[in-house]
Amino acid sequence: MNITEKILARASGKTSLSPDDVVFVNVDKVMMHDVSGPGVIAVFEKLKKKGMKIEKLWDASKVWVAEDHFVPSADKISAQNIVLLSDFTKQFGISKHFKYGMGQYGICHTLSHEEAMVLPGEVYVGGDSHTNTTGALGAFAAGLGHTDIAYVLLNGKIWFKIPETLYFKLNGKLPNHVMAKDFILKIIGDIGTDGAAYKTMQFGGDGISEMSVEERLTLTNMTTEAGAKSGIIEPDQKIRDYLAVRGVTKYDEVHGDADAQYEKIYEYEASELEPTVAKPFSPENIAEARDLSTTVLDKAYIGSCTGAKYEDLQAVARILKGRQVKIRTEILPAAISIFRKAMDEGLLKIFMDAGVVVGPPTCGACCGAHMGVLAKDEVCISTTNRNFPGRMGHVESKTYLASPLVVAASAVTGKITDPRDLK
Amino acid sequence: MKGNVIKYQRDNIDTDVILPGPYLKIHDYNELAKHAMEGLDKDFHSKVKEGDFIVTGRNFGCGSSREHAPIALAYSGIKAVLAVSFARIFYRNAVDGAFLLPIEIDESTYNSISDKDSLEIDTEKNEIKNLTKNQTYKMKPFSELIGKIIAAGGLFNYKL
Repeated sequence: MNITEKILARASGKTSLSPDDVVFVNVDKVMMHDVSGPGVIAVFEKLKKKGMKIEKLWDASKVWVAEDHFVPSADKISAQNIVLLSDFTKQFGISKHFKYGMGQYGICHTLSHEEAMVLPGEVYVGGDSHTNTTGALGAFAAGLGHTDIAYVLLNGKIWFKIPETLYFKLNGKLPNHVMAKDFILKIIGDIGTDGAAYKTMQFGGDGISEMSVEERLTLTNMTTEAGAKSGIIEPDQKIRDYLAVRGVTKYDEVHGDADAQYEKIYEYEASELEPTVAKPFSPENIAEARDLSTTVLDKAYIGSCTGAKYEDLQAVARILKGRQVKIRTEILPAAISIFRKAMDEGLLKIFMDAGVVVGPPTCGACCGAHMGVLAKDEVCISTTNRNFPGRMGHVESKTYLASPLVVAASAVTGKITDPRDLK
Repeated sequence: MKGNVIKYQRDNIDTDVILPGPYLKIHDYNELAKHAMEGLDKDFHSKVKEGDFIVTGRNFGCGSSREHAPIALAYSGIKAVLAVSFARIFYRNAVDGAFLLPIEIDESTYNSISDKDSLEIDTEKNEIKNLTKNQTYKMKPFSELIGKIIAAGGLFNYKL
């Protein structure tokens, strides 16, 4: 069995599993945020009206809560949702609630690794489609809707169809001007937005071993954009070190068997990858950054679980140091811990000297919620993950998706720019 | 189950157009219904009738995990979406929350059905009758567990 099959077999008490088997699996961790949380609360209310008694959760210690989409509260309704969520965690004794304005908080998928909320070998479900992100730590991580999360909160288990696995092998180390974002955009361009529908995308090869943990998280994060159920990478020493820094050394790693089966194996040469951009209105609509060098931009956005981790900000700082932005540019670090590190390491000064506005951690304009949404006809280049019509604001705005390096270089010139072409 | 078709001749209809991001903070189901399909079809709310079906192409409901998407459609009156394929979270949200039936059809059936056609869906026989065109198509049968959850009326009513 491969790693995904072995994790799901262990969690369902089976000795062996094959793709298409349907099983109920025991869940180790469950997450909800300020959008899915109130959604779950609405499901609870519906159940109570039907006569169900809900007094306690299956295991409050395995539940954690983030505030990210509409925080700091964007308006009266989102403020009310935060109150609703806070009352809920208090009522059910959920102690791991990362509240904005009270120390560490941030985007849920960023907290999942920054705070080591999820560990190798675990089954992790979250009320958000980018829950796949955390699979980079060697866990099975998948997104679910409100009803399913409510079910997990009360029962500790949920059904899954065992997915086929597509294996993406990266040979060699990425060149300096290429980031994990370019690699995953290239893959999505190759297989399409439903190219991995219902499947797992696993990454491996010496190029992945060379890659930092944060860069690996960019890969698994955007498996969602290829329709995947989950993304996963086998845990190695880098993962162990990453968790050890966060005080976690005890967990039960799972690795695939020597004869693990994959539906298909794709191979990529790192040296052949180029700075890549997804044009409106789909992540699969890719082109090389150099081929779009006449595209004029209004705005650059550096944020989200995909593109505002610490190393993403470092990449942006590499470009912006000593330069000025030519278009409106905002940077929203994905968590307070990253914001603080950017301050301690002098990144914030580089950003502000360049003319950028730096804002608080939030999903913000990535999902069109607030904090810099786009006007009609505005053109934005963004480190985020989706560029569907209206995703970041007006339905007639346009978003180009790119790596932090490309977005920063483009912010300097006002046009889509390959970082190698920056003077 | 009988109803009329609202057809979208396209693939990859994502949850951002089914229910745009700014409305994610809303959890009043009837209020969500007012904004269903707003990113793609501004006339949807005025033309949709109770019992209607959506017919569309590949990968319907891709993108975010927002359960708002099937909720907004269901509370608009949509009883089933007939698509060549579905994105996984939309599919399970539709079934587990008992909001609407996600029915997989093949390409030729998708091409045969037109906007405003009247259909009758029989999930026992896995058949779709086109009453307007006097044609009969096959639907892909639900898998065993999905069929049981639908029959139970959602995941919370399903007994393990």
